[in-house]
Amino acid sequence: METAADLVLLALLAAVGVALAKLRNLFAVVMLAGIYSLLSAGLFTVMDAVDVAFTEAAVGAGISTVLFLAALALAGHREKKPARPAVLPLAVVTVTGLALAWGMIGLPAYGDPSNPVHHHVADHYLEESGHEIGIPNVVTAVLASYRGYDTMGEATVVFAAVVGVLALLGRGGARGRAGADPAPEDRGSGRASSPDPPVRRARRTESPR
Amino acid sequence: MREAVVLRVAAKMMTPFILVFGFYVHFHGDYGPGGGFQAGVILAAAFVLLCLVFGMDSVQRVLPPAFAQSCAALGVVIYAGVGFATMLLGGGFLGYDVLAADPEKGQHLGIILVEAGVVVTVFGVMTSAFYAFAGRRGAAR
Repeated sequence: METAADLVLLALLAAVGVALAKLRNLFAVVMLAGIYSLLSAGLFTVMDAVDVAFTEAAVGAGISTVLFLAALALAGHREKKPARPAVLPLAVVTVTGLALAWGMIGLPAYGDPSNPVHHHVADHYLEESGHEIGIPNVVTAVLASYRGYDTMGEATVVFAAVVGVLALLGRGGARGRAGADPAPEDRGSGRASSPDPPVRRARRTESPR
Repeated sequence: MREAVVLRVAAKMMTPFILVFGFYVHFHGDYGPGGGFQAGVILAAAFVLLCLVFGMDSVQRVLPPAFAQSCAALGVVIYAGVGFATMLLGGGFLGYDVLAADPEKGQHLGIILVEAGVVVTVFGVMTSAFYAFAGRRGAAR
């Protein structure tokens, strides 16, 4: 049963991946990228990694899709056709893919409980977190307590990312504070009062010009 | 989208449930799948939905961009603050055992607090990023 689910999900992932590479309409690409994330979330669920699946579904399929749509409303929705066939990139990905496949031959069998990765610190976490931390979800115990430094680093990285976005795009908001807006000339006179949700603008961009 | 009655009513009705689910995911992260990161994204998604249906102006009256941006920074401060608090109480940085008389209770408290920091940061980051993208007028048109 699990193998069948794996096969179906992986086949769909491959199909979506090929479609993603082929399509030139970026709206379809964004939607397919969301579907790709959702399929990955399904795959993680089959692997019993529900925490990861949850994050993938919420971030990959959910909020990234909306952010991509908002970006498309700014950037246009057609990808330009490349002037010539991309031979060099194709060669690079083929070689890299073959190297990865070759490297995977040396890996221990997937899911084998005697793999070294399951006996470094995992034994300690599984056996001791019950009374050291006292919460049933070992994933949370590892993320927030045993590996608390790393999670703090992650929170800082996420914060740094939005600082970068704000530095590039401005402080945002149609109602940006007067005087504090870094690019006031970007705004038309009537614009500050006209709400213009990205989906509506997205639809407008889609119509042929 | 002002005239889309079904969307407007559905979005209004969904919002409180999305918010409660977000908090559930945070506070239940000790027992089931979920945690601060997912909770922050779900909370932000509620506001993104409102933005899409009602426009940014009305949502920014409830959640001003400056507040969202402060949240993004505040969460990191909360997280690191817990670390310094445990140091002041005589433990190591982020060593939650000292937060309560019983080490296990201290761990619970510490985990909920740092996860709250993650919730606040992720919520602020996601809403700020959405405001930044959606608030800018297209250069492509």
